Amino acid sequence: MATLALDGIKKSFGPVQILHDISIDLKDGEFLVLVGPSGCGKSTLMNIIAGLEEPSGGALHLNGRDITPLGPADRNIAMVFQSYALYPNMTVAKNIEFPLEMHRIDRSVRAERVAKVAKLLQIEHLLERKPRQLSGGQRQRVAIGRALAREPQLYLFDEPLSNLDAQLRLDMRTEIKKLHQRLKSTIVYVTHDQIEAMTLATRIAVMKGGVLQQLGTPYEVYNRPANTFVASFMGSPRMNLLQARVSGSGGALELSFTKGDRAHAGFVLPAAAAAPLQPYTGREVIAGIRAEAVSIARKGETLGANQRTLAARVEVIEPTGADTLVVLDVAGQEFTARLDPDVDLVPGAMMDFQIDLSKLVCFDSQTEILLS
Amino acid sequence: MADTRDKGLVAGRIFLYLVLIFLALLFLLPMYVMLANSFKPLEEIRNGQLMALPIDWTTAPWRSAWSTAQIGVQATGLRPYFINSFLLVIPAVAISTMFGALNGYILTQFQFRGANLLFALMLFSVFIPFQIVLIPMAKTLGTLGLAGTVKGLVLVNSVYGIGFTTLFFRNYYAAFPVELIRSARMDGARFFAVLFRILLPSSSPIIIVTVIWQFTNIWNEFLFGASFSDFSSFPLTVALNNLVSSSTGVKEYNVHFAGAFIAAIPTLIVYVASGKYFVRGLMAGSVKG
Repeated sequence: MATLALDGIKKSFGPVQILHDISIDLKDGEFLVLVGPSGCGKSTLMNIIAGLEEPSGGALHLNGRDITPLGPADRNIAMVFQSYALYPNMTVAKNIEFPLEMHRIDRSVRAERVAKVAKLLQIEHLLERKPRQLSGGQRQRVAIGRALAREPQLYLFDEPLSNLDAQLRLDMRTEIKKLHQRLKSTIVYVTHDQIEAMTLATRIAVMKGGVLQQLGTPYEVYNRPANTFVASFMGSPRMNLLQARVSGSGGALELSFTKGDRAHAGFVLPAAAAAPLQPYTGREVIAGIRAEAVSIARKGETLGANQRTLAARVEVIEPTGADTLVVLDVAGQEFTARLDPDVDLVPGAMMDFQIDLSKLVCFDSQTEILLS
Repeated sequence: MADTRDKGLVAGRIFLYLVLIFLALLFLLPMYVMLANSFKPLEEIRNGQLMALPIDWTTAPWRSAWSTAQIGVQATGLRPYFINSFLLVIPAVAISTMFGALNGYILTQFQFRGANLLFALMLFSVFIPFQIVLIPMAKTLGTLGLAGTVKGLVLVNSVYGIGFTTLFFRNYYAAFPVELIRSARMDGARFFAVLFRILLPSSSPIIIVTVIWQFTNIWNEFLFGASFSDFSSFPLTVALNNLVSSSTGVKEYNVHFAGAFIAAIPTLIVYVASGKYFVRGLMAGSVKG
């Protein structure tokens, strides 16, 4: 168990820069998830932490010790690979024991650790089997077991669930979370699945094009995304990003979504939401509203301080069972709402929707950075 | 309709098998001639009946070829040279296979500058004709004090084999899962631990291919044997040549046939015993199961 400090990590292959100046500080026991689309550099960053690739610049400290010049064998880091990477010629027990043997740990201690890990992961009955005789989920457990047996200072998980089928993936996700809560170990976990990131992380690092877009708790990343990329990457359905114009009339600011000759759609902003938009009076911004901030307006209902109504046309209705996703047309812009599963809507109908603006986020229309 | 088509099919099959059996017999014919004549007394061969089975079966030619035929200065038969060939083949195969594995490992798992160029150069060594290296190699062996010894031949054949063995192992390891190697390195395995604990235990198909290939080539190799050995260190191929081409006395064809067959036995055994692994191993890299 240890702290991990990444200090200005850079990586380039010739003229191509893969990682731009990444700095992350992890406290003891944190579960950091590196998330981003493929090619964002998250796997390269993980390999650099593992010692499998050398950074072109920057330094890494594990529990205060500079590990930058060390090889992977000397870092006291264990890794679980996407393909499980179980040694095909060794039994499960031998696989788990292998790292201990390589670190010249005493034979009796080795046997003890293998037994302990096997019990923890409920793979005791598999110990004498070869990896090819195991199912995907069992292989995954063995791979995790091999990492645990070493009792390293840091665990790395490289997309460990992406080779499992959907149901097993959910189960293993819960299990990894349980394991973390139990062992209180420091973990760095790479995934391209934003739901995995949200559910597992104590902190999420969202990456794109080798640049760290945002580092924050799942709550922060979801509710206060640093830019439009993070806003649309995290969450499903993705956050609605609307072109909007800020106009001022005597202190109060109004946000309008009207484009061209469409009927007016917009509202006067509550004071809290209006504050960061003052310098943007008379200009365009991008307004971000989550699908779940929308509900159907009922006649005669009094609106809360942060609630406004917005007229929109119903375009497509997609029931998912737990709730119904409705694609709306707000003055020519597409807008997805997450509504009750039993709403009764007709495509093409023009209706009033109630929007909760307490979590409204706005972005600069040029830089796409969060206004705060 | 179906009937006639079936008949056509059966007729085609029969024709096909007849052709195949005929060809198989044709290919087996030299072996038959060798075996049949090696069990004949010399007079029966002199009568010109090469294709006939022996009338008066005898194992004398075999015994003569093995232990009493005049090859070098003494009438020792092929036996000492048979032993020489084993003393040559076993270390030479082991050394060249080991270096092939090591080279393949380094060339595929360490992305160093010039790795591909180095491999291309090693591959080039496969295409160098033996004759070109004879004089430089003689000089090298002389300098090392290994001229005319079995050790010298071991060195020559090992060096010459490394090009092939590197090619085999390099291509096999190029298809080896990278994550396994990375995992082993994370687990604390160092250079040789990765090779001996992870790569080699998963390499049996390619090891078998390499061993068969090297064994056959070195066992049958003649030019180096003839150039770099003396009476005490002749490999079997050279001894066989001396037996057959000795210009004194009567040509004992039956002994020659027996000797040639003795020389061929080890490679035959290797092929029969592991031929199916050979085919399987050659396919191993290309098809992932």
